[in-house]
Amino acid sequence: MIPAEFSYHRANSVDEVISLLSEHGDDAKLLSGGHSLIPAMKMRLNQPGMLIDIGRLSELQGIKHEKDMLVIGANTTHGAIAHSKTVQQQLPILAEAAELIGDVQVRNRGTIGGSLAHADPSADWPAVMIATNASIVLKGPDGERTIAAEDFFTGFYMTELAENEIITHIEVPVAGKNTKTSYQKFMQPASRFAIVGCAVVLTSSGGQCEDVRVAFTGVSDGAFRDKGVEAALKGKALNAENIEAAAAKAAAGMSILSDHFASEEYRQHLARVYAKRALTATAG
Amino acid sequence: MTFIGKSVKRVEDKRFITGKGNYTDDIVLPGMLHAYIIRSPYAHANILSIDTSEATSMEGVVAIYTGKDLAGVNGVPCGWQINFKNGDTMKEPPHPLIVADKVRHQGDSVAIVIAETREQARDAADAVEIEYEELPAVVNAKAATEAGAPLVHDDAPNNICFDWELGNPKAEVDEAMNNAHHITKLEFVNQRVIPNAIEPRAAIGSFDTTSEKYTLYTTSQNPHLTRLLLCAFVLGIPEHKVRVVAPDVGGGFGSKIFHYLEEALVIWCSQKLGQPVKWTAERSESFITDAHGRDHITKAEMGFDKEGKIVGLRVNTFANLGAYLSTFAPAVPTWLHGTLLQGLYTTPKIHIDLVGVFTHTTAVDAYRGAGRPEATYLLERLLDTAALEMNVDPAELRLKNFIPPFDGVKEPGYQTQVALQYDSGNYHGVLEKALEKVDYKNFRKEQEAARKEGRLLGIGFSTYIEACGIAPSAVVGALGARAGLYESAQVRVQPTGKVSVYSGSHSHGQGHETTFAQVVADKFGIPMEDVDIIHGDSDAVAFGMGTYGSRSLAVGGSAIVKSIEKVIEKGSKIAAHKLEASVDDLEFANGKWTVKGTDKSVGFGDVALTAYVPHDYPEGLEPGMDFASFYDPTNFTYPFGAHIAVVEVDKDTGKVTLKRFIAVDDVGNVINPMIVDGQIHGGIAQGVGQALFEGAIYDENGQLTNGSYMDYTMPRADDFPSFEIDRQVTPCPHNPLGVKGAGEAGTIGSTPAVVNAVMDALSPFGIKDIQMPLTSERVWRAMNE
Repeated sequence: MIPAEFSYHRANSVDEVISLLSEHGDDAKLLSGGHSLIPAMKMRLNQPGMLIDIGRLSELQGIKHEKDMLVIGANTTHGAIAHSKTVQQQLPILAEAAELIGDVQVRNRGTIGGSLAHADPSADWPAVMIATNASIVLKGPDGERTIAAEDFFTGFYMTELAENEIITHIEVPVAGKNTKTSYQKFMQPASRFAIVGCAVVLTSSGGQCEDVRVAFTGVSDGAFRDKGVEAALKGKALNAENIEAAAAKAAAGMSILSDHFASEEYRQHLARVYAKRALTATAG
Repeated sequence: MTFIGKSVKRVEDKRFITGKGNYTDDIVLPGMLHAYIIRSPYAHANILSIDTSEATSMEGVVAIYTGKDLAGVNGVPCGWQINFKNGDTMKEPPHPLIVADKVRHQGDSVAIVIAETREQARDAADAVEIEYEELPAVVNAKAATEAGAPLVHDDAPNNICFDWELGNPKAEVDEAMNNAHHITKLEFVNQRVIPNAIEPRAAIGSFDTTSEKYTLYTTSQNPHLTRLLLCAFVLGIPEHKVRVVAPDVGGGFGSKIFHYLEEALVIWCSQKLGQPVKWTAERSESFITDAHGRDHITKAEMGFDKEGKIVGLRVNTFANLGAYLSTFAPAVPTWLHGTLLQGLYTTPKIHIDLVGVFTHTTAVDAYRGAGRPEATYLLERLLDTAALEMNVDPAELRLKNFIPPFDGVKEPGYQTQVALQYDSGNYHGVLEKALEKVDYKNFRKEQEAARKEGRLLGIGFSTYIEACGIAPSAVVGALGARAGLYESAQVRVQPTGKVSVYSGSHSHGQGHETTFAQVVADKFGIPMEDVDIIHGDSDAVAFGMGTYGSRSLAVGGSAIVKSIEKVIEKGSKIAAHKLEASVDDLEFANGKWTVKGTDKSVGFGDVALTAYVPHDYPEGLEPGMDFASFYDPTNFTYPFGAHIAVVEVDKDTGKVTLKRFIAVDDVGNVINPMIVDGQIHGGIAQGVGQALFEGAIYDENGQLTNGSYMDYTMPRADDFPSFEIDRQVTPCPHNPLGVKGAGEAGTIGSTPAVVNAVMDALSPFGIKDIQMPLTSERVWRAMNE
């Protein structure tokens, strides 16, 4: 478990990071929590020539409640999100999901920005970001741009993030009074990544589903928004029958992953079970 | 007694929990070089060419050796011989340190790169160009014996290493089965598991060019045997010139018993280069080169009469040995497995046929329990399945078939149909206690109520016995062991009355430094801090057979007691002289010799000092107070117990949750209850790991497809409820401490209890068996097929 040789540079500002990225291209990798990158380097699956350590950049830290948004710095650890009173009060789904990531050690090192940039198809954050309609803020040589989470993930470990860009923060709209959220996860027992993770943000009025966003992770080659489930429930009464019918549409038409822990058939079944559980949790 | 029976905190923990342990990889010697072993990525392939030219010229690279360079060097030997039924000796193909022409499992060693740093060695390994011709592989033991299967070794037809049988004549067993009222039959795989000690294996070889002495630092449970095998069989170097040190070792579970090729390689390289050479396994390397455990394919049938009494047991097993014979591989499925098929039951007729098979996989050898978990799984799954089929209560069925209690003193030991004589037992006692703890009657009501709500609760039983304290040397010699299985201990009383104890046992997590010190301190009546336990260094300890098979206290502890008795006997002579009394008039207690009925006494420390400053001293008595002993047990010890698991199965997903786990174990007398509880806890976790989570998955090409912690599921703390454990004490009648051993009990008992509980939960579905590990998908499929 010895990585190939690399150089190490500790960055002092985001601007410095961007100029280093511009200079070194894909030979450089950003080091934040390192919980995906370092194992890949040790297995020599990834052999960057340069690591840019962004771990001490205070401008990427912290959780702020601004207007109707939670603004979360890219370097914020899963643990910090799980334990944040602001998050727990304003948008509990984030704390709930953070608490289900890996184990204590992983949560205390791994960061939300790192997880989003890595875009593991079984990571928890992508589904939660899509369901909550979060925006991901990137900075590059030409300045800042903001991308909806739904558009950010483009495939298997692939995102809109350009070679010379860095995620600086994430903006997540806080839930309104009539909105409930839930993240339900069936864990891969060895890695604790999601075999199925289902995030639901549901707004109801008088027992009717006014609006709902549903997203999955772990099921396909990237996190995705499930408009089929959403359409099946929107405008309908939130009863067991309608929830069951909507959940039955989970991951319909998607290409489904298959591995030792869950075959395609079982994963599809679990997607329905977890959609039902998440919808039920938000309907009550 | 001041210490025996008390939960004294472990004296070794201070260094472990403060990061002050000294493990093999922590050791840095002057001028030390680093080795990286190039492993075969294929399970079966011809090596066509190896080009080291580029790698050799890289910075820091000192040497690269391939199989050609080791042409005259022997391979690692096997320590146990099993004969075919027809008397032929087993097939024992060589296991070279580095293969020259052909690789036989993923991870086979192809070259060793030595460089000044680990990083340089690793980088140079990437630059060695090896051309392979991949060949078809076979990974399944049964398939390997079939016509046309690829051969692992040309001189082992059908890949058969040996065939073997044990028990009553087959015709008698067949007759008993023919007359049975009911036969329960199961066919299953006891899957291959990977030990996963927290510390990967490591070895440092060091050769002193002036004294021509070698030192091997190694992650071994068994340093003296490693020295013997290394010297006598592999490298042919004189044993008195070799020191083997197994410093702190971070877990083994059996996988560090064996003499591994890397140990011989670093010694060989250090002699070649005149500099110390260190090798430390990467975790991925551990997955494919540490000996694995279990891997049986079994067909088992148990016959019952009308009253539910067992009348016969018939077993056919294919045992996967892997590509090469590891040190004790042939003993595990045979004498550590077939001999346990009596279980706790009065079964009158038993027969097992077993074939040991080579495959293109990592070697299989002893893993916590070693053979006994396989036997227990077979029996206990049959019992619960039979209860279900015959519609009788599984607890009642066991109580009906148990061997009646016997203490091994007034009542004789119990002679089984499969070669062993149990020492002492009260099998009804442990099950009845466990049933009480689980509140069995109420559980069945709760289960009924849960079913009405659509919830699947289940209860499963396992009542096990194991043979530990391995073993009488003459007996194991007759069974094929190429080593004795006694233990040595030296008790050296220093002139100040402090005591150094040198034990041939080896602690790699078991807490010897505490348990042994408790015994010594109590026997001498001195404080525990006056006792030091030294182990794991062949220059310090006369000889040793290491730690495995729950043998340390039963065998190693007994050797210590023998030396203690010698010290006290000599001390009595010195004390008698000092007190001007006769030895017969003295009694030794609380650290002093007293003239019976008087207040005249002399303390342990005074006597020790006199032994070393013998100015006024008994005539003819040697000075000094230092006694070595070897203890060879007269029998195995036979711990037993009753485990009960309560599970809930999620109907929607198949996920199994362990709700309760009750264990009532009888490990004989207990020196340190906390340490025994810890052993039971860890053992249960490992056994549940096999039932629900663990299992090596090879593809048809012989690739281990789950060789990392991202894919191989180790049990975690949050997979478990708080264990409810209790004890019964039936002392071992044949060793001085009355102890039986506790290291493996948890692993042996727990696996079938959990599987039985899941089957009980699923009984409304008419499901009889699911292959381990009982993953969520497997359980879900069983419910939906």
